[in-house]
Amino acid sequence: MSPEALKLPHTKDDFVSNQQVRWCPGCGDYSILAMVQRTLAKLNIPKENYAFISGIGCSSRFPYYMNTYGFHTVHGRALAIASGFSIARPDLSTWVITGDGDALSIGGNHLLHSLRRNMDFKVLLVNNQIYGLTKGQCSPTSQFGKVTKSTPFGSIDHPIAGLSLALASGASFVARTLDTDPKHLGDTLERAAAHRGTAFVEIYQNCVIFNDKDFAPVTGRENREDRMIYLEDNKPLVFGKKRDRAIQMNGLVPEITEYKEGANDRNLLVHRVDTPTSHYAYMLSQLNYPEMPVPFGVFRDVKQTPYGELVEKQIQEAIKSQGAGDLKSLIYGGPIWRVD
Amino acid sequence: MSKTKQTLDSITVRFAGDSGDGMQLAGDRLTDVSAVMGNDFVTFPDYPAEIRAPVGSLGGVSSFQIRFSQSLIFTPGDEADVLVAMNPAALKVNVKNIRKGGLVIVNTSAFTETNLKRASATADFLQDPIFREFTILSVPLGELTRSALKELDLKNVDAERCKNFFALGVVCWLYGRKLETTLEWIEEKFSKSAELVQANTAVLKAGYTYADVSELLPTQYFVPKAKLEPGMYRKIVGNDAISIGLITGAHLAGKTLFYGSYPITPATEILQFLAAHKSYGVKTYQAEDEIAAIGAALGASFAGNLGVTGTSGPGMCLKSEVLNLAVVVELPLVIVDVQRGGPSTGIPTKMEQGDLLQSVFGRNSNSPLVVLALKTPGDGFTMAVEAVRLAIKYMTPVILLSDGFLANSSEPWKLPEIEKLPDLRPKHPEAVPGKTFFPYSRDPQTLARPWAIPGTPGLEHRVGGLSKADQTGYVSYDPENQQKMVNFRAEKIRRIATDIPPVEVRGPGSGKTLVLGWGSSYGAIFQVINDLNKDGHSLSQAHLNYLNPFPANLGEILNKFEQILVPELNMGQLLVLLRYEFPNKKFIGIHQMNGQPFKVHVLGQKIREYL
Repeated sequence: MSPEALKLPHTKDDFVSNQQVRWCPGCGDYSILAMVQRTLAKLNIPKENYAFISGIGCSSRFPYYMNTYGFHTVHGRALAIASGFSIARPDLSTWVITGDGDALSIGGNHLLHSLRRNMDFKVLLVNNQIYGLTKGQCSPTSQFGKVTKSTPFGSIDHPIAGLSLALASGASFVARTLDTDPKHLGDTLERAAAHRGTAFVEIYQNCVIFNDKDFAPVTGRENREDRMIYLEDNKPLVFGKKRDRAIQMNGLVPEITEYKEGANDRNLLVHRVDTPTSHYAYMLSQLNYPEMPVPFGVFRDVKQTPYGELVEKQIQEAIKSQGAGDLKSLIYGGPIWRVD
Repeated sequence: MSKTKQTLDSITVRFAGDSGDGMQLAGDRLTDVSAVMGNDFVTFPDYPAEIRAPVGSLGGVSSFQIRFSQSLIFTPGDEADVLVAMNPAALKVNVKNIRKGGLVIVNTSAFTETNLKRASATADFLQDPIFREFTILSVPLGELTRSALKELDLKNVDAERCKNFFALGVVCWLYGRKLETTLEWIEEKFSKSAELVQANTAVLKAGYTYADVSELLPTQYFVPKAKLEPGMYRKIVGNDAISIGLITGAHLAGKTLFYGSYPITPATEILQFLAAHKSYGVKTYQAEDEIAAIGAALGASFAGNLGVTGTSGPGMCLKSEVLNLAVVVELPLVIVDVQRGGPSTGIPTKMEQGDLLQSVFGRNSNSPLVVLALKTPGDGFTMAVEAVRLAIKYMTPVILLSDGFLANSSEPWKLPEIEKLPDLRPKHPEAVPGKTFFPYSRDPQTLARPWAIPGTPGLEHRVGGLSKADQTGYVSYDPENQQKMVNFRAEKIRRIATDIPPVEVRGPGSGKTLVLGWGSSYGAIFQVINDLNKDGHSLSQAHLNYLNPFPANLGEILNKFEQILVPELNMGQLLVLLRYEFPNKKFIGIHQMNGQPFKVHVLGQKIREYL
């Protein structure tokens, strides 16, 4: 903890705290932490103007490892606490670190409302599809049938699609990335950082101890080209080792079709992040393995005034129309009388 | 006919009718004129939880009671001297609230077959023997109101709406209340419609004249001015006093007030009041639930605002986890709990003092914090400012307990002199070159940790719910450190005992019996002691606005009395705290759990048993 303010531009190391990182060896959180620190170093914001707020879970230890202001709160409430924080200080850059249990189970209500209000913070939802800190129970994103310590006969809960939920809640920025592709992770974080309002980023993260290789069928080296789509603005949704397949709509249903580089097939879906409604992004958020490839990248990024700014605006308008309130008018306002 | 005049010390009037009958409004107007005429007063609205129960039904009766007086009073009166009953249901529900020999003004226009049926009353309801104990004044308010308005071309609906002013006019004559204040109010309220000004004015005057010439009202009563302390006054209800206190406290601390809340009876008016005061820089946040409300408030405090949340019992249950977090991260936070009858959803619009032990103890592990209470509506201002002061100075959550009676009850509030309000500005740390910042270092006097505000260069630090190491605030599972931090937090709260006003005794400083209360029971205890001492007894009263910690001199005071009576609207919660803290003293609990404030004569009887 250095007492002097550091000069801009910052380096990645400026954001490294003096605390020993205590995640399991091989945990995907290491890569996320490093990429967040790298991304912040690029942003030209003094580090005292960052706050990292988390709930409970493995990834929620994150703030302790960041040399910024930080608040490790209670289970599920990071978004609630961050909401108050960002309303109080719209001038600061607020980042929420949460997990699949923290954000989608115990804290689900706060996620829905943060998104619909467009709170001015980033939400990094680190999804490993398991409860790690409690040693391996099923989470709200665990697959149907998943055998865990709390579901020895297989989970009979259907998983939540976090991105669909976010879009249905009116999110203005929605993205998905993964721990094993640092470049994509970094690029996605940069785009999230540039967004004003709630930037919701789901990060696929591998839990080496309790859910190792859960994402491997999609993101594993041998599968990823055939089962992942990297979303690129204004380009068709192309995937495959030979880049020979793409997504098109058949009526109301997306389907896989053959693709040839340079072909101008008007049936192909072309990726846009700024459509006025979220129908398209929602459709993307429903694409899932094994039926379909899984999209990664920015699904939606639209301009919408952040909540904190609206709060400030109402206060300024009230002051303009009523004058700035003082204690005299507050206490001595209304009908008063004198007793001699 | 010539009428006699008589002077009385105090009068209690109760207006009762359907929610749409304008009873709260009539009561408010009578309150205002009584204030202007220099009386002391206490009001008490008594309304159902249902918003609009069926017209004329027993469940839909809404009442408003006002007592105005020459002597100082703190209760709205046990029984009404006069009841205005706008329909059979209102009469039926309120018979038990009228003094024997009292006057009942009955709106006979509403005693139709349908309304009698709705109230499950028989056609000869008014001939029931129970009414022989009262003077019944039958007034066809509907017909009289319409006749007062016959010159005006008013729609029937609008004319019907004026009838509460006829009733008010009758009451005003009866108790020598001037009409000017109400007439001015009518002009201002209806300034957009000359017709409505004329109509309401005409009806009010007609009511007044009707009473003046009525042979059934041979006597006009007067209540002389009260001897209130000199100063400027305004009428205030508890929820408004707390709201004004919170804005004032934040202002004195140089902080933005952040109020996070979720609507809940009877605390909602605080959110509404603050939301309407944005020009004071107040940030209000109607959160998605009780947990988010306190969470946001704590987040705002971490960010350097003054975080406040407000709720009632069921919401307190939900807030306890974040409240505990606030204890560990040692940030200022004020929690207003406007207590209502429970457990669970209970009786939302009624009151009790049931959340004291929850406030002191209701969190996992050892979780000390400050608990305060107001004793009268106007006291809400003082105690809200106190809550802000202690929260900031000691970096701690502070719970301020009010209740459903104080929330909506009004009294004259002596306005504070603004220049004499304290400076509550905290000292925020700045980075010192070459010196490491310790977020969990402590002020040697208060044991408070520094409040470093995000955005301050060089003071970046992390707080959180995991146990914190002394000084650095790093996560620590070290046994010795854990013990040390638990002790620090307990000692910090204990030290506040000498930084709050000592307990004062009203009446003899020593003797056989001290009556010790907290919260809104103050008024009833005050009245009972006055009454008993007039009868030759020698009782003393002490009242606790500070419940945790107790003021440092409490033990000393208790030791001067043989027995301590503790009336509470619960099953003995202060009693538990007192017996724990002072195991050798004799405490006797007096309990009531019916959702109503103590009635003076009921409490008086109970206290007499121990004299």
